Amino acid sequence: MSDDIFQIAGKTYNSRLIVGTGKYQDFAQTREAVKASGAEIVTVAIRRVNIGQNAGEASLLDYLPPSEFTYLPNTAGCYTAEDAIRTLRLARELLDGHKLVKLEVLGDQHTLFPNVRETLKAAEVLVKDGFDVMVYTSDDPIIAKELQEIGCCAVMPLASLIGSGMGILNPWNLRLIIEQLSVPVLVDAGVGTASDATIALELGCDGILMNTAIAHAKDPVRMARAMKLAVEAGRESFLAGRMPKKLYSADPSSPVSGLIAASK
Amino acid sequence: MQLSLNGERREFNDGITVAGMVEALGLTGKRIALERNGEIVPRSQHGETVLQDGDVLEMVVAVGGG
Repeated sequence: MSDDIFQIAGKTYNSRLIVGTGKYQDFAQTREAVKASGAEIVTVAIRRVNIGQNAGEASLLDYLPPSEFTYLPNTAGCYTAEDAIRTLRLARELLDGHKLVKLEVLGDQHTLFPNVRETLKAAEVLVKDGFDVMVYTSDDPIIAKELQEIGCCAVMPLASLIGSGMGILNPWNLRLIIEQLSVPVLVDAGVGTASDATIALELGCDGILMNTAIAHAKDPVRMARAMKLAVEAGRESFLAGRMPKKLYSADPSSPVSGLIAASK
Repeated sequence: MQLSLNGERREFNDGITVAGMVEALGLTGKRIALERNGEIVPRSQHGETVLQDGDVLEMVVAVGGG
């Protein structure tokens, strides 16, 4: 176990679970859920200051201090490479030169499917600009490879649509991506429940990023804990190597000899 | 003079600096980032950057998101 290292952009993490901080009831619940998940990296969004709002109001940073967590600013809501690049440059300024970012460039508001052309464009600029780019993308192995070649530090294909909770719809594509890439592959989006997370890790994903599956559970804090265990179980299961499947025949677990005499 | 701040027109005194505007908004000490006419103004330059009439400003914070 001790030699199972999870690294992103040269930094080692204990948890393979990255969690979002949106959609919670309040900041206190956000913090409690994040703590229960064991996540060390948390995503945040970059939004306009609400001018005129009570300036003394608490902020997310008060509850999840950057000294305690690694922030992963995202580009959620960006539909062009340009907007995504601007957003992350602002994030870098906001977080004192912080380089680790999550790039996502969306294609349409209904599906929130990634626009891969704009994603590729933005990734090139951001990598050249010195960012460590974790990139949200479709589960297309060719695009995933291109993103790696551009220099992204992690590639994060969707399991299904953002916020859908539909789970892993195409494990075959995920496997192809995992087999072809040398940078970490994380499932980002679509996980609905703990077993989905376990399956992702069992497939060989290096980690997983989720928000809604925890935040919209009936008991988010408990689900956060479930996700922590599920990710650990999936990783251990992957490393242990599952037994081969035996089609159309059983294999008894108890000895076949030494049974008492069969009744007449 | 008039500035466009996060998409809203706002009146400020002529010659105000970024730091002055941030103070006028009651946001001094808050973790914010600012873009002026598409270019980031680093925090270290907020004190010396004088704003001009018609400047377009975007001021952002980190919020919860996935």
